[in-house]
Amino acid sequence: MALTDTEQRVLEEYAARIRETIIEMLVAAGSGHTAGPLGLADIFTAFYFHILKHDPKNPAWDERDWLILSNGHTTPARYAAMAHAGYFPVEECLTLRKFGSRLQGHPERVRLPSVETTSGPLGEGLSQACGVAYAHSMDGKKNRVYCIMSDGEQEEGNTWEAVLFAGKYRLANLTAVMDRNNIQIDGMTEDVMPLEPLADKYRAFNWHVIEVNGHDLSAFIAAVDEARAIAEKPTLILAHTIPGKGIPEIEFDYHWHGKPPTKEEGKKFLQELRTMGGKIAQEYA
Amino acid sequence: MRNDAAKLDSALFTDAVVQKPTRDGFGTGTVEAGKADSRVVVLCADLAESTRAEWFQKEFPDRFVELGVAEQNMATVAAGMALAGKRPFIASYATFSPGRNYEQIRTTIALNEVPVVVCGMHAGVSVGPDGATHQMLEDIGMMRMLPNMTVIAPGDALEAHKAVVAAAKEKKAVYLRFGRSATPVFTTAETPFEIGKALTLFDDPLARVAVLSTGSMSYEALKAAEELSNEGVKVMVLHVPTIKPLDTEAVIAAAQRFERIITIEEHQAAGGFGSAVAEALASVHPIRIDRLGIQDQFGQSGDPQELLAHYGLDAAHIKEVVRGKI
Repeated sequence: MALTDTEQRVLEEYAARIRETIIEMLVAAGSGHTAGPLGLADIFTAFYFHILKHDPKNPAWDERDWLILSNGHTTPARYAAMAHAGYFPVEECLTLRKFGSRLQGHPERVRLPSVETTSGPLGEGLSQACGVAYAHSMDGKKNRVYCIMSDGEQEEGNTWEAVLFAGKYRLANLTAVMDRNNIQIDGMTEDVMPLEPLADKYRAFNWHVIEVNGHDLSAFIAAVDEARAIAEKPTLILAHTIPGKGIPEIEFDYHWHGKPPTKEEGKKFLQELRTMGGKIAQEYA
Repeated sequence: MRNDAAKLDSALFTDAVVQKPTRDGFGTGTVEAGKADSRVVVLCADLAESTRAEWFQKEFPDRFVELGVAEQNMATVAAGMALAGKRPFIASYATFSPGRNYEQIRTTIALNEVPVVVCGMHAGVSVGPDGATHQMLEDIGMMRMLPNMTVIAPGDALEAHKAVVAAAKEKKAVYLRFGRSATPVFTTAETPFEIGKALTLFDDPLARVAVLSTGSMSYEALKAAEELSNEGVKVMVLHVPTIKPLDTEAVIAAAQRFERIITIEEHQAAGGFGSAVAEALASVHPIRIDRLGIQDQFGQSGDPQELLAHYGLDAAHIKEVVRGKI
């Protein structure tokens, strides 16, 4: 169902706040990944503020939808979205990567159960999501299982083992979202190890594939709705995103994959976000 | 003399002793665990017959998951199923699981603290003709280094059955080690088994050396002790199926009582059971420890008995070590 104008504005507002929190937490941490989390801010906004059946006050709710993050290095975006959704105080985001924090550099379920699982080493999220989806279908449960993964981790053999598995068992309760931002640590994916044609590959493995602009909230939500209606196979939403989306200096630049902004850069980026890139004169905050 | 409390098979050293591979205990144990707990599921990577996973499959076809030749996926799918409330057992050859999928086990099972039971079949040189590629000799070391991981090498098929049933009740991950070849079933249904507990098989007030053994090497140790005893040389045999958590109380007690300890395992002498014993004693009661095992080399094709004799993993070799240095 299409978003109303009000819903669209509210979601855009959340996405902007989440991007600000990402910058603030990375500056405070002094290490971490910048481009990926900014690129996923819209998708996490759509999940936590529109798509997921969840309860921040009761993360273990038996009827919740599961969101598994495979590319754990983008977890600042998830932490920021979860904080704004009410899982924990937004201020706690500033403890990212610090000693004693629940917000580990890569997410850990034992320290923060609401992240569902432990991830970071690439290529392992989709198969864990398959396991959850398979167990749910054994038990006749209706929970949806979502898995966000990167394009770079399509280079991992484990990913394709999971793709085969989901196809074989027709895991229609599983929807994977690929953050197709075309960058990885050593450069552009198509230079490091060409992945295309990704959509054809997944279709050949018996998946339903939807391609979408990963920054178009309304289109992304419509794609998730479509996936829900596909009863005979798992769905891949191939979400084309801009790494570093929202900060022109970072967008499309793979050098920003694995480094945080400095304090000065952070200040500048926050001002850009808060003035909508200079379109409005005054910072709101 | 044999320890009565161990309730060993009275036919122990006769032709009447039953010979079974420990993997049979995986088959029967998972069926029993599956009957007791509907959450138990078995995952298999194209080795249902030889791992004995098909015994569970026949009983519970809806709770058996075939993944094809994909051990990395098997570990991670199992992690996901455990997150969703299942009690998965994953079965393959130990060279592939935990050999190939070590990092998946580390991250998604051990660090993730989920109750997946990793079952490594065909461990040791007694795999036989398949050769070195399929003879896993490093799994105990790999698994015992992982936090949150219990490590068990059952002594025979019956004890393997008990270990499987016990592992299904653990709240965290367990690694169970099984062999391919038939070995004597020296325990009985009455033989005590508890995770983390060692069991004295043989003892004598005049004993001056203790042989600490794990897995099917315990039968060889027992055989050596019986023969040595008949020849007037007395030793104690402590069977240690749980390598982690090690029964340090029993190990330290043995160290305090004897001049020397001999450990034996069908595994690299470095990093495995003998190393665990040495670590436990180093700062508490350091004494001489002779670690029998594979000495920093790979196995090869051959008949299981021939290979065990070649690598010094039989009663005859244990006797020589005891005699030569006592």
